[in-house]
This record gives sequence, structure tokens and C-alpha cells, in this order.
Amino acid sequence: MGIINLRQMGVDQTGIITRVKANGELGRRLRDMGLIPGKEIKVQGKAPLYDPVSLRIMGFTLTLRNNEADYIEVEVQ
Amino acid sequence: MSTAIVLAGNPNSGKTTLFNELTGARQHVGNYPGVTVEKKQGTCVSDSGKFNIVDLPGTYSLTAYSLEEVVARDFLVNEKPSMIVNIVDASNLERNLYLSVQFMEMGIPVTIALNMMDVAKKRGIQINIEKLSKLLNVPIVPIIARSGEGKKELLQTIAANMNGKVEPLTISYGYDIDTALDEMEEIIRSSAFLTANYRARWTAIKYLENDSQVIESGKKDNIKVALQLEKIVEKVTSHLLATLDTHPEGIIADQRYGFINSVLKQNVISYFYDKNRMQLSDKIDKVVTNRFLGPIIMVAILMGLYKFTFTYSEIPVGWFESFFGWVGGVADNALPEGHLKSLVISGIIDGVGGVLGFVPLIMFMFLGIAFLEDSGYLARMAFMLDRVFRMFGLHGSSVMAFIVSGGIAGGCAVPGVMATRTLKSPKERLATLLTVPFMNCGAKLPVFALLVAAFFAENEATVMLLITMISWMGALLVAWALRSTIIKGESTPFVMELPPYRMPTFKGILIHTWERTWQYIKKAGTVILGVSIVLWAMMTFPGLPETKTQEFENQRSTITSGVPFQILDELEILEQGNLKVTRKLSAKALAVKESLNQVDFDEAHAGLKNSIAGRIGSSLEGITKFAGFDWRTNIALVGGFAAKEVVVSTLGTAYSIGEVVPEETASLSDRLKAAEGWGPLTAFSLIIFTIFYAPCFVTVVCIAKEAGSWKWAAFSVVFNTALAFGLSVIFYQVGSLILT
Repeated sequence: MGIINLRQMGVDQTGIITRVKANGELGRRLRDMGLIPGKEIKVQGKAPLYDPVSLRIMGFTLTLRNNEADYIEVEVQ
Repeated sequence: MSTAIVLAGNPNSGKTTLFNELTGARQHVGNYPGVTVEKKQGTCVSDSGKFNIVDLPGTYSLTAYSLEEVVARDFLVNEKPSMIVNIVDASNLERNLYLSVQFMEMGIPVTIALNMMDVAKKRGIQINIEKLSKLLNVPIVPIIARSGEGKKELLQTIAANMNGKVEPLTISYGYDIDTALDEMEEIIRSSAFLTANYRARWTAIKYLENDSQVIESGKKDNIKVALQLEKIVEKVTSHLLATLDTHPEGIIADQRYGFINSVLKQNVISYFYDKNRMQLSDKIDKVVTNRFLGPIIMVAILMGLYKFTFTYSEIPVGWFESFFGWVGGVADNALPEGHLKSLVISGIIDGVGGVLGFVPLIMFMFLGIAFLEDSGYLARMAFMLDRVFRMFGLHGSSVMAFIVSGGIAGGCAVPGVMATRTLKSPKERLATLLTVPFMNCGAKLPVFALLVAAFFAENEATVMLLITMISWMGALLVAWALRSTIIKGESTPFVMELPPYRMPTFKGILIHTWERTWQYIKKAGTVILGVSIVLWAMMTFPGLPETKTQEFENQRSTITSGVPFQILDELEILEQGNLKVTRKLSAKALAVKESLNQVDFDEAHAGLKNSIAGRIGSSLEGITKFAGFDWRTNIALVGGFAAKEVVVSTLGTAYSIGEVVPEETASLSDRLKAAEGWGPLTAFSLIIFTIFYAPCFVTVVCIAKEAGSWKWAAFSVVFNTALAFGLSVIFYQVGSLILT
């Protein structure tokens, strides 16, 4: 239901990336790893201190810090 | 025509495994010029011919994001290899092809080695290789690098396609970008802008991707054309921002993935299971990175690694020690008394022995770390600890280096500094390798043990714990301070892959371990031998003047003059090294022997005081007294630069009780307790100084190698010593005020 921030997603929740707001180095890195609009992601888990998060995209697992996840908007069901 | 081919691909795609499989032992490791990124080269002899293979660093892209990517790209551009063997993980095809597409855009012949066909099959992924090959217009060979399957076919394909002409891949990036690209390509071609190195369209793409490296070299090549191109980029950018709210680089990445998607959708790939189905790795992760179990398992694994490294390496370390003890003994008997003998034994044999003594430690440590790294667990550790370490400007992966260096007391900073190689972010890595020497390595322990036994005997355990806590806090705070001042900068993004758990290959781990060990022996060995000789000279020269030596001689004669000759005979036999006799020394002889020994110790003490190190120690007394140290402590600390446990043995000489074995410090403890100027305050001040001051020179040499410059090594010596001194002075002065 609607578009939320990746940080707000719970474990095991899935969604589709709608927007990546980061530019420069971080933006490049995110895109290189496949975090681009249209891709489906699933939050796989969170570290013991709830940061970073791990997510599943295109069949592999990726980690992101919360402040990096803030740049990514996701449409969830 | 070169036969050089490069092996390139994503990290964790099995690239190193394939490289080992192809080259076996015929490989060597160096560095790319000017950077600390490793360059592996090797030769492969096969039925299809002999190939020189360069293993490019693993990268996800060629956007010049990390040092690895810059290195990989420079190599492709400057060396123009005749073939890129692009290893692609079949179980992770989509993301892996993102890099392949970029290779194809460069116009260098590419052969894809489609690895992990077995894993892909297990996950229910089926790939139509023929079709994929046709659509991408590159040869594709399925392989399983771990077992060597498909190796022969791969080599045949490489040989057959090596110097063929290839048409660079052209992807459509949408109307706006394509139009700009065409326009830019025309300008670049007509003015031969950067065309010596890059294809015109590739340069244009990089300009649109806002690639600082290409833009910089463009400015140098032809500023007029560069400005012209930048203007076009500006125009497209503002247009795209206005219409689509995105930058050209975003669209380029989208379209690359779009291109890959459109290829894969043509029945190239089919899934028998759900793409996001729980795999074994995910199930392991549910436990291993669990909020409660995760940290417990991590501590257990770290303790295990620690035990493994330091317990099992003890045995070979013992062999090395006995061997060098034996060599020293041989030299002792073979050489005449004098400076040469002292140089050979104390300078060369002890120095080389000291260096080689670390070898088993390094081997075991890297065996352990290689296992954790190759299995995928290291990435999970970084994942779990990142939050904590990030507060201090470090990275989750820093933990390994801290633990190995003595985060749990008793490690060693040498392998610790070398362990920072697993860190991929340059700033965090530098901050880590500059602060790990604050940990309590095994060589500092005898110093602490001595002082604690002498002055804090009632609270031994508490004080030792306090020492550990001080070093951790100090290290993290200094890291934080460094990261907010001289190594300032945004933290590197933690966008990191958690690779699936894999059983490491035996061959891979052995090669990895041997590489590290050999590098250490080769690089550190030469420098360390030199420094060890210098330190020996500092503590030996200029020696005592004639008159002084004569004085000690006279003292000896005074002692022996009144003694009956039977007793002198007894001592004579003892001199010749007949140990059995020692036990039978008569009480009188023993007394004489002891007085004689005392003269020897006094002479050694006087010699040390007169040596260069002694003079430095004495001249510094004026300053160091603020921290509570007299000249004796100063000399011991100078000696501690050779190796921290030397502090103990040098204190022994300085207090004229002969050489003290670091393991048996009882007599020295008593001596210190009785000595003037010593008390709990002085002792703790010295403990603080020992924690923080300059790392031993073996570590310093390693810092220079790992940081890539002697500047940082010098920094660690000067800064650490200044910090240690500052802290000791504050402690001592404040302590004195409170106590009086």
C-alpha cells in the first residue's frame, strides 16, 4: 500500500523500488548493485542493532546502512 | 601482438578460484604501480597454447567508484589486453552481466566463462547458453571453476577468438541521451579527443556518467573540446532533471539493466523455483545474524580463531626459537669475543630470528582469516558490527584487525596490520591500521605482568582488565579523532554483497596463506634486518672508555686475589661450560661467582648508560621526569622499539641485575619495588606509556607497506609516542597532586 522509505520496511516485506534519490558516489554504487527503479526487493534481515539491513535483489543479498536506505523509495503491497 | 589476457568479473564470482585453477603455482603477486591493490599474474600452459593471465581486481562496475575499479579500468585502457575472460556467476546472472555489458561497450574482445553452473542448477535456474551467446554476440563457455570442469573448452575458445575484431556493443539509452551521445561522438571523432586511449562513444558515455577521471584527463587533452562536451552534458542534465527528475548517469544505469533484462527475457533464463526462495545461506543467516545468537556465535568464532592462531602457532614458533638459539650458540662458540660476535648474535641472529619468529603466527592467522573470508562469514561479521564501529569512523570489517592485534590480550599487531587488507574502504582502512597497535599484543604482556606483580599484586586481574579497557577505548577514540581530522571524510557506503556461504577450497586457502606469508618474509625481512642492526649499534656503541673497563677489571682482580686457587679452579671449569659442575659449586665459590657476576652486571649497566641509547635516555630524563620516568626507564623504552618485551630485559640490565628472561621477572619486580622513585603511580604511568607509544619497528615496517607510504609509518611513531607521553604526564601529574 503506497510508497514508503526502505528504512521503514519490515523484515520479510517485499516491494518494488520506485525511486533512488542518491547522486554522486553513493548513487553510483547503489545503481551498480542493481538498486534501480522497477526492481523487486525483499528485506532479508537486520543486524543485531537494527542497522544495517540486508535485502534480496535479483537473487543475491545486499547490505545497506539505514542512512543509505533513506535514499530509496519503495512501493509495497 | 600480445598474448596477455585478463580475468575479470564480480567479487565472489569464483574469479580467484578460476585463476588458481588455470595458473596453479605459476603465479606471482605484486602491486599495481602506486597503489596497494594487488596485481596477480600467472601463466597457463595448455594444449591450446601458452597464456599470460592477469587477474584484475574483482569489481561490480567500471564507474571508477572504488580503487579496484579505477585500477581495473586503467589496466584495460592502457594495456589493451587481447582478450577479457569475463567470469560470470550463473546463479547471479543479471547483476554479473552489468559488468560484462560495460566490457563489451569498451570494444575489447570478451569471452564469458559462465561459472557455478552447478549452483545455478541447484537453485532451479536454467540458462540457454547458445541463445545468450547469440544475443550478446560473445562466446560463452559453461564452467565449474571449483572442480575445473570446462577449463579445456574455455582455453580453446579463448585461443580461437583471441585477436578477432569485435564490434563494440551499442546500447540505446533513450532519445535524449542517444542524441547527445551522437553529437558528442561526432565532436570527439573530428578533434581526435582522447582517442589514443578511448573509443569515442565510450568517452561520451563517461562524460554523461560524470566520470571525474575521464573529465580530468579530457581537460588536459584539449580544454576547448572538453568544455564543449561539458556544455552538452549540462544541457542534457538540466533537461532530464526537468522532465524526468533524474541525472543522465541514473538513466544510463537503468538502460544497461534494461538491456540485460530484455536479453534475458527472450527465453534465455528460466526459473523452476521462486527467485526469492529461501536458500541454505538464508537459513544459516537467520541463525548466524540473529539478534541474540549472532553476537554469541561471533564471539565464539573469534575466540576460536584466536585460540587456533596463537595456540597452534606456539609449537612452530618454539621450533624457530630453538633453531635460532642453536645458531646463536654455534656463533657464540665459533666467534672470538668482541664487537663482531655481539653484532652477529645480538644484531643479526636475534634480528632475523625476531622476524622469522612471526612467520608461523602470520601463516596460522591468515589460514584462519582466509577460511572466514572465503566461506562468507567475514562479511556477516562486518554486517553485525558495523553500527558500533561506524560511531568511531571505522567499518564493520575493522573488528578482525583489532582482535588479531590483541583486542583479547595476547595477539600481535603485525598480522593485525596485515589483516586490514580485508577492508575495502580506504579511509576506514587507514584509520584501522593506525590504531590497531594500541591493542595489547603478546609482547606488551610481560611488561604489564612485571609492573602489575610489583605494584598491584592484590588486584592483578582487575588491573589487567583495566589495561585492556584503556587500550580499546584509546584505540577507538583515536580512530574517531583521526577520522574527524586528518583522515576526514564521509564514510564509505556500506553497500556490500553478502555472498552465499561456501566451503572454501583447500587450494585457494593454501595459496592465499602462502602469498601473504611470503610477502611478509620478502618485504619486511630486508628492512627489519637493517633496523635491528641499527638498534643493536645504538645500545652497544660507543662502549666504555679504556679507563672504565680497567676499573671493572681491577674490581674483578680484587675479588679473586684473596681467594684460594681450588675455588678459582672450580670457577674455571664452570667457565668452560661444564654445567654439571655448577650444581656442585662450593658455598665459597658461589659467593665469589656472585660478586663477579655483580661486577659484570655493573659493567653492562655502565656500558648501556654510556651507549647512544643510554645517552638519549639520559638526555631525555629532563622531559620524561614529568611522566615519572628516569633514564633507566627511558633506555628500556628505546629498546622496546625493537620489540616490546625488550623493555623488561633492558630494565634488568639498567638495574644491574643482568639479563632478565621476560617470563621470569620476580627478581626484577622486587628490585623495582625497592628502587627509588618507583611506586604504583610511576608503574601505571609506564603501563599507559607502553600501551600507546610507538609500535615495535616490525609493525612500523608493516604499516608502511600496508598504508603504501613511509609517511604513515613515521606518523604512527611520532604521533603514538607523543600521545603516550601526553597521557602519562597527565596521569602522573594529576595522580601526584591527588596523592600528596
